[in-house]
Amino acid sequence: MNPTFDYAVIGNSAGSMGCIEMLRSLDGRGSIALISEEARHVYSRALLPYYLVGKIDLEKMYYRPPDFYEQNRVTAILGQKAVQIDPDKKEALLANQERIAYGKLLLATGGQPLIPPINGLDKKKIFTFLNMNDVLEIEKALVNSRRVVVLGGGVIGLMAAEALSKRGLKVYVIELAGRVLAPVVDEAVSQLLEALFRENGVEIITKNTIAEINGGSSVTGVVLTDGTEIPCDMLVLAMGVAPRVELASQAGLKIDRGILVNGRMETSQADIYACGDCAQVYDTVAGVSKVIPLWPNAYLGGRIAGSNMAGGGRESGWTTNMNSMHFFDLYLITAGLNVSTDESVGLVNLVRLVKEQKYYRKFILREGRIVGLILAGKISRAGIFVNLMRSRADVSPFTGDLFNEDFGYWSIPEKLRWELLKEHIILGVVDGNDRT
Amino acid sequence: MERILIKPEVCIGCHLCEIWCVVAHSQTKDIIKAFLHEKVKASARVIVEEKLPVTFALQCRHCAEPDCVFACISGALYMDAASGRIVHDSEKCVGCYSCVLVCPYGGIIIDRENKKVIKCDLCQGLENPYCVSRCPNGALVYADPEKKGGVMDEPNV
Repeated sequence: MNPTFDYAVIGNSAGSMGCIEMLRSLDGRGSIALISEEARHVYSRALLPYYLVGKIDLEKMYYRPPDFYEQNRVTAILGQKAVQIDPDKKEALLANQERIAYGKLLLATGGQPLIPPINGLDKKKIFTFLNMNDVLEIEKALVNSRRVVVLGGGVIGLMAAEALSKRGLKVYVIELAGRVLAPVVDEAVSQLLEALFRENGVEIITKNTIAEINGGSSVTGVVLTDGTEIPCDMLVLAMGVAPRVELASQAGLKIDRGILVNGRMETSQADIYACGDCAQVYDTVAGVSKVIPLWPNAYLGGRIAGSNMAGGGRESGWTTNMNSMHFFDLYLITAGLNVSTDESVGLVNLVRLVKEQKYYRKFILREGRIVGLILAGKISRAGIFVNLMRSRADVSPFTGDLFNEDFGYWSIPEKLRWELLKEHIILGVVDGNDRT
Repeated sequence: MERILIKPEVCIGCHLCEIWCVVAHSQTKDIIKAFLHEKVKASARVIVEEKLPVTFALQCRHCAEPDCVFACISGALYMDAASGRIVHDSEKCVGCYSCVLVCPYGGIIIDRENKKVIKCDLCQGLENPYCVSRCPNGALVYADPEKKGGVMDEPNV
């Protein structure tokens, strides 16, 4: 008989961990299997740039303690790819032909790197930047390299570029759009970033991409679409990730860009759930269904899936894009609609920029409520702004205060302040004093 | 679990909670040495919010649904299963500030020097949170808000 588990999760990252930790908080007994094609203990992909730059060692890449699976009584099937799902028989087929029967299944299959349609990508010293193996290979190749081209000026590309630059390489970032980090930040922040990278010796080339790859067995350079030739001895492809949906697709699940799920993380197929970079969720701020390939979103999605898999009944609440990043000495935080600045749809932009201090703040308001923000430079207590967003608070009476570098609860008018803090404060302790 | 609850009306804005928080997180736990002699200065994990005449102290709320833990990319932040406290393992912290982004209370403080964060640990290892026991006017209390007959049911000090 096939091994049978009450719960099976495919994937071994944030989503799976959120799910398993929630499952165990609700159901101490049910059997859990975790299936992962990578033969590694759960590690954090978000830490790859920190490892590459040398800030942390391999040990610290691990997201949970070494005995995590034992502690949570998880049967970890590592190094085995799930190749097929049979939703009728409720079985997952592994690459070694073993079949795992499940009661409830979570797909947390993540994303796969986008690969450009260029010839010559089979040459040596061309890498993606998504998993531990990629980074270990890059590390090996670093030793004899001097110049590296990074294709893609998004979050991953820029983080890779900074790390490689700090490892002593001359780095060229090639971005197809007119500016770096284009979907994540606005024009002003892109400019701050491009200046910052150039100050640090990194070349940023926009509105361009790679047309040809030069070299014999190894890459020796690239030719851009405008004819520019850049000699290099390494190429890193960091054009972003696409949801990994092959398993879901073959199993007949509904898919748009990612696997479609409802607020309970249920897919179109009974007893199959999905979360994280492979799933498409509802962005409650933007009002659209989309893939939100960010760590916290994956973990929270896993928690919600886990709750429902164990009969708990949680639904996702306020959900949107949120990002905390840093490049060289510049700290950046974004949330919600941070690029869309179409005032015709009732959005109001409040902006302050102090270029010399690399200080930037932008709030996007709709009907007096924050629906998007970008903070650069000063990010202390940013979560208070996010809390104002989440609670749909009317900030119009104190918009000027949003730009105070020491913004805090003190900056918020009393009635709203005490409402936001009501679970934590005791009012009415002084007779005759009615401040609320 | 026991939590620090805040009574803004009786806070006099003396900032002693910040002072004693520094002491509690110093090497020596001695107020003079902590401020004058220790090479690595401790920092306060409590912030006095101040818009006169209103003042009140705010620190990590040790949330039952901790957004910071869910957002942490390194596993440095976690909920201690036995106590329910939200613990920060500085060794694991890489300073990504995802927690700063999501903490609704602004309770996670950026440690610029070490490029990491610090937060309230409810004075782990000490007899009680110093900010509470050293507050001269009872503006912070340490109690379980869910317990019947707890501090939330007694509005008058």
